[in-house]
Formats: sequence, structure tokens, C-alpha cells
Amino acid sequence: MEKIKEFFRTFLLVELLKGMALTGRYMFARKITVQFPDEKTPQGYRFRGLHAQRRYPNGEERCIGCKLCEAVCPALAIKIEVAEREDGTRRTTQYDIDLTKCIFCGFCEESCPVDAIVETRIFEYHGENRGDLYYTKPMLLAVGEKHEAQIAKDRASDAKYR
Amino acid sequence: MMEWLEPIQKMLGPAWLPIWTLLKIVVIVLPLMGAVAYLTLAERKVIGWMQIRIGPNRVGYFGLLQPLADGLKLLMKEIIVPSGANKFLFIIAPILTLMPALAVWAVVPFNAELVVANVNAGLLYVLAMASLGVYGVIIAGWASNSKYAFLGSLRSAAQIVSYEIAMGFALVTVLMAAQSLNLGDIVRGQQGTHGLLNWYFIPLFPMFVVYFISGVAETNRAPFDVAEGESEIVAGFHVEYSGMAFALFFLGEYANMILVSFLTSIMFLGGWLSPLPFLPDGILWMFIKVAFVLFLFLWFRATFPRYRYDQLMRLGWKVFIPVSLIWVVVVGVWMQTSYWLW
Repeated sequence: MEKIKEFFRTFLLVELLKGMALTGRYMFARKITVQFPDEKTPQGYRFRGLHAQRRYPNGEERCIGCKLCEAVCPALAIKIEVAEREDGTRRTTQYDIDLTKCIFCGFCEESCPVDAIVETRIFEYHGENRGDLYYTKPMLLAVGEKHEAQIAKDRASDAKYR
Repeated sequence: MMEWLEPIQKMLGPAWLPIWTLLKIVVIVLPLMGAVAYLTLAERKVIGWMQIRIGPNRVGYFGLLQPLADGLKLLMKEIIVPSGANKFLFIIAPILTLMPALAVWAVVPFNAELVVANVNAGLLYVLAMASLGVYGVIIAGWASNSKYAFLGSLRSAAQIVSYEIAMGFALVTVLMAAQSLNLGDIVRGQQGTHGLLNWYFIPLFPMFVVYFISGVAETNRAPFDVAEGESEIVAGFHVEYSGMAFALFFLGEYANMILVSFLTSIMFLGGWLSPLPFLPDGILWMFIKVAFVLFLFLWFRATFPRYRYDQLMRLGWKVFIPVSLIWVVVVGVWMQTSYWLW
């Protein structure tokens, strides 16, 4: 009996019609498309986008060249060279992030003892040449300077959960 | 009705016939190409809506210029002929796909008078031309000298052979009901005082379903698009094609879709006849029916996953052919009784 029922179900295309009813209903459903350049989805303050190097309010760069981020980076995207500056402090002479390697895990930011390397909310950047996504120290510092207000605000909102 | 043309006819003399025929061809082919272009837009829109997206809307208002942009893009692209390909066949294959798809339109009646060639055996011509289309696909797959293309064309050949039979039998019932092979007469056979109750899709309903599903299979459309099968064999028979050569396949496929929709409307949905007896008949009804059937094509594509190849063969040989054979007999017997009202 079950078999006969099954036969008629298949033969009369019941399931296919049910499927069509479903798609037919969805045709009139509210569309969920976000029309990107005009509309944007909301972003959380923990968003991990383009990297930036920060400075203290007095203009001194935060990074002390401890290489923790380089050590923790799972994609080996960070390259750091360190030397002593004239005033006797340890500073980086080279701090490069290869964004084509980076997986945006945020470990570098988490490991940083001085909050020097951070990931910003920026995600609409691009490169037109091979090397364009290889960010060097001045580029990272420039990003940090440009977006410091937003970066500081995001860190402050996250501080209570740290 | 064409009296006003007579002076021109006299002036041109013997040149009149080719010019007049050419004009008729242009009058059919150009709107057809436009319809194909906008069918692609409609497809993307409808499938988008069914997937709760909004579809193309950037090029022109409501995305209305999108097909033109796509066409322009394809025109500008280079046609790459693979070095291992058979050059002659590679180039001729897309032409062979498109030409039959256009040639069939010669016998398709748009309304009682509007038909290029009022052929008596119109349906036979349609069947012959529609089956020719598969040669383009087979040749394309073979000439490309690529395994995916070859697999695609083999699949397409087997599929079209299987579904052609069921399609043919479905049409036999229509012939029996209409007692004519002329497409215009088939529509006139559905004329009556009860509007849509006089159409053949009621007594021949199983055949209507079989014909339409076979039509979907014949045009290699989802869920029977195993010849293309993006996820299995990349793009099937047209992997190696680019630019306008690819566009010709595309045009052929969509022109065939429109053709199957026209034939379905003519043979089962009463062509240009109005569904309600008190409304006048006219070409508009034809277009409404065709649009509805085309919408079904898109609806199918948005709904169903692709058939596995063995399921496809099973459906064709073990379901459609027996069902259509039985219905031929049923209709034959039915027509001998007094219960045949059509």
C-alpha cells in the first residue's frame, strides 16, 4: 500500500509541485540584497580588516619590536627587523605585513602588549600591482594616523570585555 | 489584406519575391533576438527573486540595459580557437545550433493570418528542424577536442534521442485530436464556444506535461542541463567557446526555449484563441501564453536540482515513453466514443 502511495506521489509530481510552490512564494518575499556601494551592512567594533600601526598621543610610535606578533602569526605574514634607536630604546626598522598572506585572524592584535598593531574596520582596499598589498611600516603608520579616532573608539568599546 | 503593396510588387517585378521573403525573415528574426536578449534578463530577475535577491539593476533602470551590455561585451571578446580543435567544425558548430532554431520559425503561426510559410506538414517540419539542433552540440563537443566538451555532447546526444521519442508521441496525440499537421489548423481545431475548455491541454493533459518536460529536456535547460552541467563537466559542449561563438550557442538555446513555449501554446493552450469566449482572439493571447510557459522554464530552473544522468534516462525511457504510448491508445479509443468533446 505504501508503495502504491509512493508511486502516485512520484508519478503525479507532488514533490516537484511542492518545491515550485516554495520558490513561487519566495518570489514575492522581501528581498535581502544589500546593494553594496549604496548600502552597507552594520559592522561590529571587533571587525578585523586592514592593519594599522598606532602612535601614542605624543606622537611616539607604540611598537617596541617585541616580535610577539611575528611569532604568533599563523600565516607568517609579518616580517620584523629590530635595532636600537639613538635614545637607547628598541624600535623596529622594518615592519611589513603581506596582506596577501594574512588571514585576518587578529592574533597579532591580541598578542601585542602595547596595542601597537591593530586591525581596523577598513575592508574596501585594493592593490593594482603585485606589490601593492605588501604593507610596510610607513604605510601601516599612515593608516593608523588617518583612522586613529575610530581605532581608539573601537578599542574603548571593547576594553570592558578584555 | 496586402493590397497596398501591389504597386511596389509591380515595380520590383521578379525581384519582389526574394525581397519580400527577406523582409518577412527580418521581421521575425529581429524581434526574436530582442526577445532572447530580454529573456536572459527576465531569467536573472526571476531566479533572483526566487532566491530572495533582486537580480541585475545597475545597468539602466531596473537593469533594462543589461542584455545590451552583455551582448556588447560578448561582441568585443576574442574568439579563441583551441590549437587542437578542428577549426572548420569548431566554427561551424555554433552556426549549426542557431540556424535550425531560427528556421523553425518559418511555420510558427502568430495568429490566424500571420505566418511566414503556411506549410501543410508544419509539425513534421518543426520536429525535423528541432532535432537538427543537436548536431551543432555534438559537433561542438567533438571539434573542441576537449574531454569535458566531448562528455557534454555525448550526454546531449543521448538525452535528445531519448526525449525526442516521448515528444513525438505526445505530438501524435495532438495530431489525432486536431486531424492535421498544419500548426494553424491545430489551433483552429481548439476553437469552440467554451474558451479554454476547448483547448487540448484538458483531454491531453498527461501529454501536455510530457511534451513540456521533454521540451525542457530538448532545450538542455535545468533540471535537464546535463549537457552543460557546470558543476560536473565545467560547461559541457561549449567549454572551449568564447565571445560571439559562445553567444550563438546562447542565442540558440534561448531561441529554442521561446520556440518550445510557442509550440506548447499552439498545440495545447489554444494559440491565439482567447481563454474566455466573450473576449476577442488575438496575437496578444499568444504572447501571454508564451510568456507564461517561459516563466515556467525559469521557475523550473530556480527550483529543481539537476537530474543525475541515469535518472534522466530512466525518466525518458521508462516513464515518458510508456505513458505517452498508453495515452495514444487511450485518446484513440476515446475519440471513437461519444465522450470525445474536442
